[in-house]
Amino acid sequence: MIHGISIYEILTVTSILFFIGVYGFITRTNLISILISVELILNASVVNFVIINKYLFPEVLQGVYFSIFIIAVAAAETALAVSIIINLYRQISSVEVKDIETMKY
Amino acid sequence: MNFSSFLLMRQEIALLAIILILVIAEIFIPKNRKASIVHLTVFLFGIHTIIGFFQIDESYLFGGMFRTNHLIHFFKNVLNIGVLILLLQSADWIQEKIMNQNKGSEFFILLFSSLLGMYFMISAGDFLMFYLGLELSTLPVAALAAFETMKRISSESGIKLILSSALASGVSLFGISMLYATTGSIYFSEIVQTLSSTNLTLLGMVLLFAGISFKISLVPFHFWTADVYEGAPISVASYLSVISKGSAVFILMILLFTVLQPLVHIWENMIYIIAIATMFIGNLFALRQQNMKRFLAFSSIAQAGFILLGLIEGSQLGTATVVYFVLIYIFSNLAAFGVVQAISLQTGKEQIKDYEGLYRTNPNLSLVLMLALFSLAGIPPVAGFFGKFFLFTAAASKGLYLLVFLAVVNVTISLYYYLLVVRAMFLRKGDNPIPFFRNKFYMRIGLAITVLGILLLGIYSPLYDYIYELSSAFN
Repeated sequence: MIHGISIYEILTVTSILFFIGVYGFITRTNLISILISVELILNASVVNFVIINKYLFPEVLQGVYFSIFIIAVAAAETALAVSIIINLYRQISSVEVKDIETMKY
Repeated sequence: MNFSSFLLMRQEIALLAIILILVIAEIFIPKNRKASIVHLTVFLFGIHTIIGFFQIDESYLFGGMFRTNHLIHFFKNVLNIGVLILLLQSADWIQEKIMNQNKGSEFFILLFSSLLGMYFMISAGDFLMFYLGLELSTLPVAALAAFETMKRISSESGIKLILSSALASGVSLFGISMLYATTGSIYFSEIVQTLSSTNLTLLGMVLLFAGISFKISLVPFHFWTADVYEGAPISVASYLSVISKGSAVFILMILLFTVLQPLVHIWENMIYIIAIATMFIGNLFALRQQNMKRFLAFSSIAQAGFILLGLIEGSQLGTATVVYFVLIYIFSNLAAFGVVQAISLQTGKEQIKDYEGLYRTNPNLSLVLMLALFSLAGIPPVAGFFGKFFLFTAAASKGLYLLVFLAVVNVTISLYYYLLVVRAMFLRKGDNPIPFFRNKFYMRIGLAITVLGILLLGIYSPLYDYIYELSSAFN
């Protein structure tokens, strides 16, 4: 529990973070930036879990250990995505979205 | 501590053992005899499938995180059969194209890891296990989609799959955190007791639903499907469209029928609209496809729309029809993808117009493909008709006659484009038809099993009664 800050303020911040992530995922044209946007979304939920656990249900630590698992899985996800991006970069020398649209419609 | 209770996870442990055996085999089998890994894998997985048919008790493990009952066990067997057929169909492709790059066993290890994730996902008892299973089932498939590292479209489909699925899991996590905020627990059995329809819960449910819809490729979230199917290797595309979609449908059904049961009046309307949109968009886009893999991708989107008709019923009948339809869908779609794979492996052709005159040169293959397409379209003697019929019955029993009418309209549209392919094979004379070829042993077995399934599953009615009996578990 952080003194002087209520749960509403923190949840507002995480909601804004989530929607920044969704906005970035849709509008960015660089694969790495899209990956960063996805990380924002995941981190918004991590903070959500910790805060909800701490403020509302402090008896059981379900939210906290859920967040640790999310961090670990997000790391694996990023590693896999980056490795695929590197493989793509070797072939087309670009990480722009406009260069990976050979398949469409 | 009683270790015998671990035997409730027998299927998971056996699959993990197979993965470890393959890792060891990769190290110790000398390089000139690597081809034997394919035989070893098919043999091991065949044994695993047969052992899976023995019954398991209904119980909980790890304080309710892992649960199993007869329906979940039955569905794991269905997934096993699907993966076994898939292995048989892709064995030749692996031996000819992948083994000389020396990464055959990676393919199997990734495939089985993904299947292990699905096991854990469908027998999850809380949202943590559900999330871990979802990720474990998705990440290896993304690696598999980018498996042909020399091909540009393969990497392209891999990056599209991993980014969309990462977004989907992020969105569903945010939804889970909302449900956690309102109920104070991540266990399914505790959530259902305290769940009430507040605004926050509704937002959480919608976000969770959106995340799972990505995996089933329901309509607002279907954009990755066709691209990924076209670029990925065909066995991976068929895995995505059959096994991955089937297990996601199953877990969505469990979540809706048990955890989100208090919100039934809300998700009914949601599913109603999404079902109509999915059927129409899937069918209409399938009309204009030229590539066989994209064509099957849009057809599988439309089939997902039909599955929602069973979900909307929301009780024992709905569960039974959905599981029965998924079982039939696995056989029909695997047959279609198997023929596409056989032809693509021999000639590299994947366009619909390349199939012109196929009946004159390869009558057996075109008969198999015809049966598969008839089953997907739902023409009476084959199994797909019975699957669709029961789904429509489930929706009609709730009085949703408009929905059933629209679904029948969609069956008619889908009949048109399925018959376009059949016409190309049987009636057209191609300028440059595919020459005659003989399939190898594994491919023939794989196709034969699917044909048997398509012909017999619909007629053998005790199967449906058996599934109906098991389906009481979730109500």
